[in-house]
Amino acid sequence: MSEQKKDIKTKEEKKKEEMIFFLSKSEEKEAFLSKANRKLLTDPLDDNNPITVQVLGICSALAITVQLKPAIVMTVAVIFVMAMGNVVISLLRNLIPNRIRIIVQLVVVASLVIVVDQVLKAFLYDVSKQLSIFIGLIITNCIIMGRLEAFALGNKPWKSFLDGVGNAAGYGVILIIVAFFRELLGSGKLLGFEVLGHKGLTLADSTGLYALGYENNGFFLLSPMALIVVGLVIWYQRSRNRKLIEEN
Amino acid sequence: MDKNSNAYTFIFAVGMVIVVAVVLSFLATSLKPMQDKNVKQEKMQNILNTFVGDSLLVDGKKVLLTRELASEKFDQYIVNQYALNHKGENVDGKEAFNIKLANEIKKPVEEQVFPLYEANYEGTNYYVIPLRGSGLWDAIWGYVALKEDLNTIEGVIFDHKGETAGLGAEITTDWFQESFEEEKIKNDQGDIVGVEVKKGYSGGKDKSDNQVNAISGATITGDGVTKMMKERLTKYKPFFQKKKNSKLAIR
Repeated sequence: MSEQKKDIKTKEEKKKEEMIFFLSKSEEKEAFLSKANRKLLTDPLDDNNPITVQVLGICSALAITVQLKPAIVMTVAVIFVMAMGNVVISLLRNLIPNRIRIIVQLVVVASLVIVVDQVLKAFLYDVSKQLSIFIGLIITNCIIMGRLEAFALGNKPWKSFLDGVGNAAGYGVILIIVAFFRELLGSGKLLGFEVLGHKGLTLADSTGLYALGYENNGFFLLSPMALIVVGLVIWYQRSRNRKLIEEN
Repeated sequence: MDKNSNAYTFIFAVGMVIVVAVVLSFLATSLKPMQDKNVKQEKMQNILNTFVGDSLLVDGKKVLLTRELASEKFDQYIVNQYALNHKGENVDGKEAFNIKLANEIKKPVEEQVFPLYEANYEGTNYYVIPLRGSGLWDAIWGYVALKEDLNTIEGVIFDHKGETAGLGAEITTDWFQESFEEEKIKNDQGDIVGVEVKKGYSGGKDKSDNQVNAISGATITGDGVTKMMKERLTKYKPFFQKKKNSKLAIR
């Protein structure tokens, strides 16, 4: 009897040990910024950038990169919508009926976009006017639906959150780079400040570079220039990151 | 419950819609006062913009006319608000600022109320008339400030709901709006014709031909502006006539 009891005890102990081992292992897996999780965040910034590598979300990249400020606001809005959308879909992933999953994704994204739109209208009215229809267009941003369908439906919330933030940031980085060059070269300003000096009506009125006869390049204000700048960014990125070069 | 069954799918869809509806309507209602305030301040800013410009002098310093500043200064510069009927008489019990032009325009002319703002800035009188019409995709609107002769334009402001960026949306740009300055709204015969947005305009800076240069690629929006100006301004003819008569009487 006593031997049997001992046996049982050891079995229980073994089980406990196993449990603890398993728990600690799973905890290790869940470390907030483990290597795998960090990769989720950083991969879309370079190796798997939504704009320059996957060539998604180009339309909005053309439309709102004339100035830096709307580009930054758009980035923040997309980060919010994408991270929240990913988390919500990930939390619901075991509840969503398979047949209407795309509709559910649409509803989630659309409601988040309305939230952003309403909040901007109340607190950042000028920005909301400038972004006007582009905020609505976040709904159709291919990156968002793509990440919901490809990642959030099959992964846990924290990972989905990181994936959302990562991809939105990857999108935003390109947006901001393009907007930086377009605003600087197109209107000689950054965030509305005249960084290259003030352009007066005559050379004598002008200061900074304009006093030397510098002129803004109006072409940068038009959308074709956004494509060209994106192209240059892709060129630069691939010259640095050899992994991205396809073999012909 | 079987997740692929019709019943589950149906229940899930209904539940989702209810939750989303409650959250969104709560948000929309709670943010509405702030949004309305922004819209109201913007209207004041637009009205002042037509005769003040982008910035105004406060204590001898040039200050950008922001929405907040506009709402502070509005009552100071707008000395009179009229709500006119089609005979040019002031209608009691209506305030010009609260008239929704979008609703008025749908009514027959006899029932419409026409808002008009009388302004005084730096000792000069201006009359600001709100405009509303349609562009290519959706509504366009604006304000035009007339000088005391009720013929020469001091300045205009245009805005739109959904015109194409880079084409129709260019009506909000300074260069387009500035081309209206000093234009006349009456032709040589003294009839109100507004200002035509003309394609292939060759008049340069001619300010007496009732025409300005159009935006390339935005013909329909431009025609909308032309139509809007003519349609709205002619409605104020009785009022203009009265003003003229009363001035003659004073002399």
